[in-house]
Amino acid sequence: MHEEVIFAGFGGQGVLLMGQLVTYAGMMEGRNVTWMPSYGPEMRGGTANCGVAVSEKEIASPLVSEPTSVVAMNRPSLEKFQGMVRPGGLIIYNSSLVDVKPARNDVRVVAVPANQIADEIGDVRVANMVALGAYLGVTGVVSVDTVLEAMKKVLPERRHGLIPLNQKAIARGMDIAAAALKAG
Amino acid sequence: MAGKVLMKGNEAVAEAAIMAGCRCFFGYPITPQNEIPEYMSRRMPEVGGVFLQAESEVAGSNMVYGAACAGARVMTTSSSPGISLMQEAISYMAGAELPCVVVNIVRGGPGLGGIQGAQSDYFQATKGGGHGDYHLLVFGPSTVQELVDLTMEAFDLADMYRNPVMILGDAILGQMMEPVEMRKRPPRADLPPKTWAATGAAGRPKNIITSLYLDPAKLEKHNLRLAEKHRRMAAEQVRYATHMTEDADVVLVAYGTTARIARAALDRARERGLRVGLFRPISLWPFPYEALAAATAGASHVLVVEMSLGQMVEDVRLALGDTKPVHFYGRTGGMSPSPREILDEIVKIVERGA
Amino acid sequence: MQKVFGRPEALADVPTHYCPGCTHGIIHRLIAEVIDELGVRERTVGISPVGCAVLAYDYFNCDFVEASHGRAPAVATGIKRASPNSVVFTYQGDGDLASIGAGEIVHAASRGERITVIFVNNAIYGMTGGQMAPTTLPGQKTTTSPRGRDPEVAGHPIRVCELLSSLSGAAYIARVSVTSPANVAKARRAVKKAFETQLEGRGFSLVEFLSTCPTNWGMTPVEALKWVDDKMAVYYPLGEYTRVPEVG
Ligand SMILES: Cc1ncc(C[n+]2csc(CCOP(=O)(O)OP(=O)(O)O)c2C)c(N)n1
Ligand code: SF4
Repeated sequence: MHEEVIFAGFGGQGVLLMGQLVTYAGMMEGRNVTWMPSYGPEMRGGTANCGVAVSEKEIASPLVSEPTSVVAMNRPSLEKFQGMVRPGGLIIYNSSLVDVKPARNDVRVVAVPANQIADEIGDVRVANMVALGAYLGVTGVVSVDTVLEAMKKVLPERRHGLIPLNQKAIARGMDIAAAALKAG
Repeated sequence: MAGKVLMKGNEAVAEAAIMAGCRCFFGYPITPQNEIPEYMSRRMPEVGGVFLQAESEVAGSNMVYGAACAGARVMTTSSSPGISLMQEAISYMAGAELPCVVVNIVRGGPGLGGIQGAQSDYFQATKGGGHGDYHLLVFGPSTVQELVDLTMEAFDLADMYRNPVMILGDAILGQMMEPVEMRKRPPRADLPPKTWAATGAAGRPKNIITSLYLDPAKLEKHNLRLAEKHRRMAAEQVRYATHMTEDADVVLVAYGTTARIARAALDRARERGLRVGLFRPISLWPFPYEALAAATAGASHVLVVEMSLGQMVEDVRLALGDTKPVHFYGRTGGMSPSPREILDEIVKIVERGA
Repeated sequence: MQKVFGRPEALADVPTHYCPGCTHGIIHRLIAEVIDELGVRERTVGISPVGCAVLAYDYFNCDFVEASHGRAPAVATGIKRASPNSVVFTYQGDGDLASIGAGEIVHAASRGERITVIFVNNAIYGMTGGQMAPTTLPGQKTTTSPRGRDPEVAGHPIRVCELLSSLSGAAYIARVSVTSPANVAKARRAVKKAFETQLEGRGFSLVEFLSTCPTNWGMTPVEALKWVDDKMAVYYPLGEYTRVPEVG
């Protein structure tokens, strides 16, 4: 197993957290992992992304230049990263905010109305967790249980109250993944 | 992976220093290493240490000079423009033989440059930087674990040689997270006591710490003694790693993060049946000249890859002379080479060179 | 007659990168209006700091120079001495001016350098993500004073106007804010006086703005303006700081 994924969106959508959870969970499952964020002033109100590698093998480059998956939470992110995905890879995009279809037909594409679902379950801020759930459901890179364990480590204690809602959001994302996998 | 924690390079370097007994930190904010002073501002009070945000890197590095004079284990960290401002204090510390650890999380220059990772401070770090005949020990880690281990060891080496030690990282290493084992590392037992420190002349003759020798004959003598120490450092502290160099036709030479990217290119090249190896200098001063010559003895080409327009490549040429072609590929300004670009270079060399 | 809502000629027609609710933008505008009103745009050379306003050179429609962190007053001195007919102003944050550049600003003022300094005090390092500034208030939390600034350890905030007004070369020094239309009007008058001081060759001039950083203060823009009035303006009183008469 060798997964290289980019999570991207605008600052405040929680894309760095998505990546950290996968990274932490990967480490807990005994895999090699790296996480590399974008940083600096462009983060303020601009775009944010992180590249994550999870692998059985030692990870050579921490820079993800040819991802196996991209999770795009907004349109600029989809446009920026879709061309980089390896053939046969995966694009998950937030169809609540992205009104175009990805331009690739050699990769699996899964549309996730992340904001809409997050809104339904009570807090639009967990849109990232919905998309994360879909990503976990399609790829199975790490198990949801480990991600929930990782959440306790990654989130500061004062935010642990959010874990049940996050769990619900991830479950909804998994449902979408299951439906997408069934549809082929 | 028992005992491993996931940490950002910048935070790991801060915790490593604390674990190695560093109790004084002076610094000034600059991207992409702000997590280090921020971590220290939380952590130092917990361990009874000193954290002080200086008014500038000029002041911060002279606070390091002061704390080192007082015999403390002391560190400062910055990124390229800030390290330029520290060169005066670094030269004074080298001249006065004061131990300290300086971490440079390099970003693209020159001038204000940018905030993405680069390796364009290699000359500054290894060929002087400040004025005078002096050398720092300079290490270029390529993983967060190595960053931690070398930082811890740097404090011992600084004390052992009474010389500033520099960790030359880059923004990628500082910003990335990777699992790391934080093994506690108490100071080595065989370190010489700091009898030279300015701690008050109670029951002993007074100590003077200075780099001033107005009499040129005395200054020359001082420099010759420093040079003798540099020779010892050079003989004892050469470090490097090799990967698949034994049968390699093309040997890549890269350090720090770039070595990891080169390694990814190597894997792809090997998949294609190309005999490619990697030589990774870990000590940048002393540069592993002889080891490099030995590791590339059977190769017909050497390809140096850097995040600069060619700085370490000069040391590689020094090591290899005209025994074989030394090629160079670099990206600069905060851009990094991709494995594919490096692979393309390898293929070009193999096709051209056969 | 000047237009009230039109874009000043000295301001470029480009979007800025400032965060919502940040008062850097309005300060830019006031300076540009004054430059227009005095008719000196074509003689003006601005100097950008290292800080959030580093890209000011894109926002003003006059010649501009980027200085290294804190050295703008020295760069301004070089420009003014080499080209005395130029109208030279620096635009500096509190880290730039009062921390790393404390030496340069004191000496420019003491020399009575005929330059105008716009000093933007937002009590924090904005650009680098919210570290303590020399003007951070006692008790104020920042990323490098996580328990709140403790003057015992981190020193006391620096009152720049009070400090510089003790120097004989400082001809005009004022502290203003932009938290209300009335304050904006006063600020504009202060900027104009500062530039006039330079044009009349009377010496060094500086206007300190109490400014917001909602992003790194963790406040809404409205809360941030209130914090300027309620907290900052108490520690840093607004007004003109009278010039110490020249002796000898
Ligand atoms: C020599 C040097 N040290 C540090 C930095 C990093 N740095 C960039 S801006 C800045 C401070 C910004 O704060 P301030 O001057 O208060 O301006 P603001 O961003 O709040 O407007 C620092 C420390 C640098 N660029 N150069
Ligand atoms: S970080 Fe603060 S000072 Fe900088 S633009 Fe944003 S609000 Fe303004």
